[in-house]
Amino acid sequence: MRMISQHCFLVSKTPNICLLQWTNQIRFILIQNRAGKTRLAKWYMQFDDDEKQKLIEEVHAVVTVRDAKHTNFVEFRNFKIIYRRYAGLYFCICVDVNDNNLAYLEAIHNFVEVLNEYFHNVCELDLVFNFYKVYTVVDEMFLAGEIRETSQTKVLKQLLMLQSLE
Amino acid sequence: MPAVSKGDGMRGLAVFISDIRNCKSKEAEIKRINKELANIRSKFKGDKALDGYSKKKYVCKLLFIFLLGHDIDFGHMEAVNLLSSNKYTEKQIGYLFISVLVNSNSELIRLINNAIKNDLASRNPTFMCLALHCIANVGSREMAEAFASEVPRVLVAGDTMDSVKQSAALCLLRLYKTSPDLVPMGEWTSRVVHLLNDQHMGVVTAAVSLITCLCKKNPDDFKTCVSLAVSRLSRIVSSASTDLQDYTYYFVPAPWLSVKLLRLLQCYPPPEDAAVKGRLVECLETILNKAQEPPKSKKVQHSNAKNAILFEAISLIIHYDSEPNLLVRACNQLGQFLQHRETNLRYLALESMCTLASSEFSHEAVKTHIETVINALKTERDVSVRQRAADLLYAMCDRTNAKQIVSEMLSYLETADYSIREEIVLKVAILAEKYAVDYSWYVDTILNLIRIAGDYVSEEVWYRVIQIVINRDDVQGYAAKTVFEALQAPACHENMVKVGGYILGEFGNLIAGDPRSSPLVQFNLLHSKFHLCSVATRALLLSTYIKFINLFPETKGTIQEVLRSDSQIRNADVELQQRAVEYLKLSSIASTDVLVRAGGTGGRRLPPGPRAGTGWLRGAGNGARGLSPPGGAGSHLAPGRGLAGWAGWGMGHRPDPSTPSPSADLLGLRAAPPAGSAAPTTAGNLLVDVFSDNTSATSGLAPSTEDNFLSLPVMQPGSCQPQMLGLYIGSEGHRQGLAHLFSPPPPRGRFVCKNNGVLFENQLLQIGVKSEFRQNLGRMYLFYGNKTSVQFQSFTPIVTYPAGAQLNIQTKAVEPLVEGGAQVQQVLNIECLSDFTLAPLLNIKFRYGGTLQNITLKLPVTLNKFFQATEMLSQDFFQRWKQLSQPQQEAQKIFKANHPMDSEVTKAKLLGFGCALLDKVDPNPDNYVGAGIIQTKSLQVGCLLRLEPNAQAQMYRLTLRTSREPVSRHLCGLLAEQF
Repeated sequence: MRMISQHCFLVSKTPNICLLQWTNQIRFILIQNRAGKTRLAKWYMQFDDDEKQKLIEEVHAVVTVRDAKHTNFVEFRNFKIIYRRYAGLYFCICVDVNDNNLAYLEAIHNFVEVLNEYFHNVCELDLVFNFYKVYTVVDEMFLAGEIRETSQTKVLKQLLMLQSLE
Repeated sequence: MPAVSKGDGMRGLAVFISDIRNCKSKEAEIKRINKELANIRSKFKGDKALDGYSKKKYVCKLLFIFLLGHDIDFGHMEAVNLLSSNKYTEKQIGYLFISVLVNSNSELIRLINNAIKNDLASRNPTFMCLALHCIANVGSREMAEAFASEVPRVLVAGDTMDSVKQSAALCLLRLYKTSPDLVPMGEWTSRVVHLLNDQHMGVVTAAVSLITCLCKKNPDDFKTCVSLAVSRLSRIVSSASTDLQDYTYYFVPAPWLSVKLLRLLQCYPPPEDAAVKGRLVECLETILNKAQEPPKSKKVQHSNAKNAILFEAISLIIHYDSEPNLLVRACNQLGQFLQHRETNLRYLALESMCTLASSEFSHEAVKTHIETVINALKTERDVSVRQRAADLLYAMCDRTNAKQIVSEMLSYLETADYSIREEIVLKVAILAEKYAVDYSWYVDTILNLIRIAGDYVSEEVWYRVIQIVINRDDVQGYAAKTVFEALQAPACHENMVKVGGYILGEFGNLIAGDPRSSPLVQFNLLHSKFHLCSVATRALLLSTYIKFINLFPETKGTIQEVLRSDSQIRNADVELQQRAVEYLKLSSIASTDVLVRAGGTGGRRLPPGPRAGTGWLRGAGNGARGLSPPGGAGSHLAPGRGLAGWAGWGMGHRPDPSTPSPSADLLGLRAAPPAGSAAPTTAGNLLVDVFSDNTSATSGLAPSTEDNFLSLPVMQPGSCQPQMLGLYIGSEGHRQGLAHLFSPPPPRGRFVCKNNGVLFENQLLQIGVKSEFRQNLGRMYLFYGNKTSVQFQSFTPIVTYPAGAQLNIQTKAVEPLVEGGAQVQQVLNIECLSDFTLAPLLNIKFRYGGTLQNITLKLPVTLNKFFQATEMLSQDFFQRWKQLSQPQQEAQKIFKANHPMDSEVTKAKLLGFGCALLDKVDPNPDNYVGAGIIQTKSLQVGCLLRLEPNAQAQMYRLTLRTSREPVSRHLCGLLAEQF
């Protein structure tokens, strides 16, 4: 097994490393089912493939043991995971510890409502078969680790426009 | 409206995905994938040119396979080709493939630059967004090199569509975070600020994020954003729940934008303009008022969105910390949440209140909720909520409620989750020390800690209690009695035995008058625990026994008997054996006189004085955010040596190496070599050897041994310890152990006045450092030398800066393999952005012969490195000195000289420290006067200093005056350690 740096959040493999820790941004978004299968992984920092896999497993382990009486927030390494469960799917956003928990919790819900509208009663299979479209939805709503657009109307209008293009 | 149906567009893809899902086993899946890969490969290699649709389909299949976790080693060219398609769906798949796979193949980036350029210039908003998203998703330095000047143009161009502006703003943000040096500031910056006024709320949402990031580095360039943000926020907050239509979320107008605006305002102090400030206060009041209104919807989304804004507003109120009225209102609001049925809200309220507790305006208001918080600690189901409750109790603790809080924490500890025990232990220990009014309470508390959660009581904690007992005459008898009683328990924790061993060894005489705790009873009690203890504890107890022989001559026979028994003198453990042998010899050969000198006189074994680890604060830092000691002055127990002072211990009290070492003093053997006495020559030689040679014996193991030896970060307290080190350095078996102890050395003090030297050395690795500093910039060369003949693998040095953004450190990764005997070099470019106190950390991990080595060091980058010497005349100096006369501008230390008071050495140190030495300024020629400017990017801090030696008393007085309080204090602390 390759060694995994504990500092992987701070350092990228690119030759020039900026060590300043930029705060306040989404580090990654994960959608996983209860069995731990990843339905979407969107990374806003550079990780190598092994690190990604390890993060995915850790998040799954941390989130699935919690029940409805627990908070929707979990401390995770030097960050925190804001998550919400919809049926068998966990939607997780990893952010910095001083980020606004409730804002990201509702950002998840906003995103889910858009998916629901776009896929017309979204289910896990929609995310599997249309994985390449899910990325487009994410990019409309989140970019560079920040919230890009929050209006469901605007996002759906744009998605339908793209849908109509050849 | 059914927006999309399953897999529309690419039937072959849907079939493939179904096939994979139907595979019954991993093998079947791999087989199916290999078949598909072969198929795609043949299509790509075939003579027939593929149409765009097929290419898209196959690239998409490859992407799917990659996302399943398989390596993809072809298809990149086809993906790049898709970028030049003029069909959106094909382009999209091409971009997606590249953004997802780019980590594994950075060669790709060069190939796609052209396609991205074309799309950016296409004036087709859809294509422009695709290109911008790709740049943002990849976000590498290569991307910044290619597009950092183009993206700002797109962002502020008059004819750019709103959706493109949104993407451009965030794309630029990503490039700026990746490579701030490549993003040219310029005319566009002022126009970016005005995006806060944009009609399109989505554009504002994106722009606020960009501005928040930019203004952190360039606060002055962007300060006009404050008034714009306030007026934008005010419009949102005062709008009705339907005004903003698309941007209203469950009856809450623009919650995310509001949160972002409130965060932006936290980058700045309160607005100076009264009108702006008034408007902002009005906004904050409105937000607090709305929290009291009945909800417009029962849905949790409504209350979450509303409370997201509320919590951010409270953060801003705490950040300003200047409006008592708002702070108290915030506290009351959070108080309501403490009992809310939503766990999320209880959690967040506890967390937010923690910061409120540190404000003088709201501290009292927070304290009124103590019962609720204690209840939360006892009853919450979610451990993270209990943890926040513990944090809050810690934060709200002061003299008035310390006893209650400490006792609640202690009782919680009995049932606390294992995950947070150590942290609670640390909190209790800190609070008990900080707020102790009587020492018996403190001693009781710590002994209780050991009793309840002995496993979680770190060395720092129990070293500390011993140290305090040693420093306080009035508690010593009580401590001996209490620890004696605690040891009566049939099962007591090993840490209790250690504390008991120390305290009885030092102060057992204070309770020896009582026949129930006579010397022999004490000894028997301790010795009854001996066989159940670890080697370290047994070693400690042996030292206690030799102290007993000195304290109570009547125990000598019994103890010698014990030392002489085979289980001691022939113990398999070399350390125990050696102690037993030497103590036995010592007790039989040495006259009472020597022993008394060995132990000190009058039963006072331990010289009062601090001897504790820097590890404490480190531990506290890891422990929790809540652990920074709550406001107020330092410890009551040992003024100036409380927790705050701990970080400097070991360094500040380093004895002068030229004076007789403590080991020699303790044994009195250096002055009277035992060669002439009746001592058996073997033992004598060993001792003499050790003392004459204790520096060179370790020199191969650690750099500059006396530094390390005397400032060992975590050294056990007790008089026997230096003696032990001295004794054992001579034996080969102990070298290993000591080498281990000696790394990592604390490098801080040694490099304050010099730039080059050996930063670290152990048996494997040597790290040399060379550095140069000019103005606010510095360059540091680190040389990693492999001292072994075996290759180091996965060699990864990582530099981190622990707090904030005061330093910008850039470096390149080094080769992961370091051959035996080879040296590799790493260059750090350091920019000082503002004044700082913490040193950057260097963490080195590598594999040596299969085991992972992990070393963390502080880099010798201290604030004085950015000193620029300034010459000035006497009258100028005194004029400036008077200008800096406010009490907080001055820092002063009076301290004992730790080195010979040689004026040439002192001058060299002051020059090395970085300031100019000014001759003929001070009327007293013995004094030193210096001046300089600390250069940082954001500001310059003028510094004046004066050092007054008093040769008679062997003391110095050091005074620093600068325009910034933390700078004065920090520099004074740094420099004081040097003399």
